[in-house]
Amino acid sequence: MLEVLIIGLVRLVTGAVGRSFGFSFEPPQQRIYYANHTSHLDTLVIWSLIPRDQRRRVRPAAAQDYWWASRWRRYLAEQVLHCVPVVRHRASPTENPLEAVEAAFAQGDSLIIFPEGTRGTGEEMQPFRSGLYHLAAKFPEAELVPVYLHNLNRTLPKGEFLPVPIVCTVAFGAGLRLIEGEKRDDFIARAQRALEGLAAL
Amino acid sequence: MTILHDRPLAITLFLLFGVLILSSLIGWLLSRQVRSPDNRDTIANLNARVNAWWVMTAVFLLSVMVGPLGSVILFALMSFLALREYLALSPTLRADHRALLWLVFVVLPLNYVLVATRWYGLFAIFIPVYGFIWLQIRIALSGETEEFLDRTARIQWGMMVAIYFLSYVPALLMLEIPAYSAEGRNFALLMFLVLVAQASDVLQYVVGKLAGRHPIAPRVSPNKTVEGFFGGIVLASLLGAALYRLTPFPPLAAGLMALVICLMGFAGGLIMSATKRDRGVKDFGTLLPGHGGMLDRIDSLCFSAPVFFHLTRYFYT
Repeated sequence: MLEVLIIGLVRLVTGAVGRSFGFSFEPPQQRIYYANHTSHLDTLVIWSLIPRDQRRRVRPAAAQDYWWASRWRRYLAEQVLHCVPVVRHRASPTENPLEAVEAAFAQGDSLIIFPEGTRGTGEEMQPFRSGLYHLAAKFPEAELVPVYLHNLNRTLPKGEFLPVPIVCTVAFGAGLRLIEGEKRDDFIARAQRALEGLAAL
Repeated sequence: MTILHDRPLAITLFLLFGVLILSSLIGWLLSRQVRSPDNRDTIANLNARVNAWWVMTAVFLLSVMVGPLGSVILFALMSFLALREYLALSPTLRADHRALLWLVFVVLPLNYVLVATRWYGLFAIFIPVYGFIWLQIRIALSGETEEFLDRTARIQWGMMVAIYFLSYVPALLMLEIPAYSAEGRNFALLMFLVLVAQASDVLQYVVGKLAGRHPIAPRVSPNKTVEGFFGGIVLASLLGAALYRLTPFPPLAAGLMALVICLMGFAGGLIMSATKRDRGVKDFGTLLPGHGGMLDRIDSLCFSAPVFFHLTRYFYT
């Protein structure tokens, strides 16, 4: 019920249309959707565009220090979106920030992640963190899908509470995988180029 | 349900559904005959358009039948959707966020509240005076001076076209036309405007496809032709004259009013094409399959409604 309401609201405000550039939701398989991050609506928009039967098994990665900080956010993150926490500020150097995320994938869930790590202004993408590489290396069978979100930085920019209705387009690009022997920095650069390539389309 | 007791309107609706059924049939027959891929695309687009027409007709008629409030809510929603598309193509800065919130969540609803409460005096000046001034103040207060005039102008233009101009369609319901309004027939006038404006678009398209040779404005809108322009506008004006029983006008005046609607509608289409060309897109959106976005469908209505309203108000009230 809440899910239908939220998706209805997201569609009303963003009119989000998905466009595919070499990507298809069929056949269903475990995927890691990675996207540029400019707005709180990003997760909701991607989530709303994933077909209903697959949506149940898609878990957005969300910053633990933010989304688990208040009761309301925590409810939204846990109960509605089924988010998995990412630890941004590690207590010790040995702690794996992606532990919960990896566990979710190992259970058979798909993921939505924002490799920039935080919301930007929408003008230029920030350099990716290495989490995407660790996931690709640990789960070579996963399909990594670049998802570029247009206009969401204008709909609900960082620091604002109410969204302005602006039509947003969401470009899904062809999936990629780690090539055997590919170095960390090469892979991260390739993944970021794939996403930036969608920005111009 | 006064709509069904209005004989001329009932006949018009009967004919309208006849035309829709006929279009669907022709589309179906054509889709069975085409061979070349080029024609197949044209026919597929034609059929998508016809199907969307069914949906739009149903939504429009149901809203109008609910009563004046139904029409006001429908057009408020259309303004919202049009604005959503327009803003996507109009660059604004981060600093404009609050001004845009005012525009969508305060100016838009208030404008339609004025229409619903039939407060003509304030409706007529609310956006051109108060909306115009307040948005500039709000943008100036944001402290961001980069491209100040450009940003302000873009936002103001969207407010005028997508909210103010469009709301003149349901505003027809507040006109007090002697004899005519007493019978509660204003919604037939609304129907007249929408039918003529949309018929003009469709007839220009059809005549242009069948007989179009000479582009009328090649740089702005390569698909518009001289033949389509004259053919469509003459036919739609004749249709307007034939629909005079919907209006308080005698036949000749109804034809002339229809001509004005068609000409303003054409101008509206041209202005919107120029806007889209400026932004480097073909359509404003994908809301209505075959047609494009909401703004692609209502461009002619936005520019004909205010002129039609004020002509009617000046000569008939």
